[in-house]
Amino acid sequence: MLAVDAEKQLGAFVLSVKFRATRGATALFGASGSGKTSVINMIAGLLTPDRGAISLDETILFDAGKCINVPPHQRRIGYVFQEGRLFPHLSVRQNLDYGRRMSGVPRDGDEFARIASLLDIDRLLERRPGHLSGGERQRVAVGRALLMRPKLLLLDEPLASLDAGHKREILPYLVRLRDDAGIPIVYVSHSPAEVRRIATTVVRLDRGQVVATGGIELLKDAEADVFA
Amino acid sequence: MFGLSPDDWTAVELTIRISIVATLCALPFGIALGWLLARRNFWGKSVLDGLVHLPLVMPPVVTGYLLLISFGRRAPIGAFLYDHFGIVFSFRWTGAALACGIMGFPLMVRPIRLALETIDRKLEQAASTLGANRALVFLTITLPLALPGIIAGIVLCFARALGEFGATITFVSNIPGETQTISAAIYTLTQIPGSDAAAGRLVLISIALAFAALFASEWLSRRAAIRFHGD
Repeated sequence: MLAVDAEKQLGAFVLSVKFRATRGATALFGASGSGKTSVINMIAGLLTPDRGAISLDETILFDAGKCINVPPHQRRIGYVFQEGRLFPHLSVRQNLDYGRRMSGVPRDGDEFARIASLLDIDRLLERRPGHLSGGERQRVAVGRALLMRPKLLLLDEPLASLDAGHKREILPYLVRLRDDAGIPIVYVSHSPAEVRRIATTVVRLDRGQVVATGGIELLKDAEADVFA
Repeated sequence: MFGLSPDDWTAVELTIRISIVATLCALPFGIALGWLLARRNFWGKSVLDGLVHLPLVMPPVVTGYLLLISFGRRAPIGAFLYDHFGIVFSFRWTGAALACGIMGFPLMVRPIRLALETIDRKLEQAASTLGANRALVFLTITLPLALPGIIAGIVLCFARALGEFGATITFVSNIPGETQTISAAIYTLTQIPGSDAAAGRLVLISIALAFAALFASEWLSRRAAIRFHGD
């Protein structure tokens, strides 16, 4: 279980969030600029909170009081960025293998084949990221994060840079991931339609504050706000 | 071959050896300094930047003279290196390599620094979330992505070393078989009446070397581009 209780001054507003995420997919949902990405950057260790604590299962990842701040490379948290961030000088296969090699996970051909086929990227292995479509790139990014055997998967608007067709292409993979992989997922999005498909829990953010936590019924209020 | 005398060939061989050694020894420092200038902010950064570029704007003879009074056998650094490590620079080919390395250094640092500045830092962040510590991020992401700039720096430094004259001749003189490079040999030949043909042959050799270096760099950067973008 992931427990976040952290504060960070971000320019004009203070990001102050407190929530827990268990199995299944927790959506951080809110308008652009509400601090969603900053929250998962804090979980991944890319952004250091000013105050508070973050823990995953029994491991304390960050605790301002105890001066604990585990560096990102020791957190074992898979992070799928909005823009994929595949390494351009490596092939798809090498990209997929990167996290596994760097995390010291032994090679497991079956696991590799299973995830490559789950994400339908097994035909692309020898290509370079520059020769992939947006949807293919995001699927490789998801595979790369999964193959390091993460304890938690962070997805930062993984569909935002894609057109509607590609979104429809990837969403089913993410739903399968949620149900098959058994890893808790934190999913950042500002799209109610996406969140409804994926999330089991919704944490609504507004200007850096958690305004509501609950099931996907929270989305109705959000849409009501939008159309009010 | 090509009507060159054994002495001429010695000069050619020496020039290539000096240039290769100068470039290879400068490379780690070039990468370290390029990284420092591209990535770090510290007190005195502009002074360091100026120092690195100094050999580019100073008269080469001045650089050679400064080397002489600091790396000569009885000069402070030179005496220290000789007493503790037995390393001698003055009037040796190693001194020529030192002079060439320093003259080529600013040309090497610049493209490396520019390449490091253009690397998307987000890729390094991504690598760290995938379990790579800082050293591994540098070796597996930063360096390979900076490779085109590193190749450019190597080629520029090497080319500069091939043609170095002023600093070398001031620091280690013009000793055939030890410090007489192609440039110094051509200069010597121009002082001897009736040596135009010999000088001309060395001139052709140096033009050929320069072209070879250029072609090699073109080929290497094209290969680097293929590695990056598939084909």
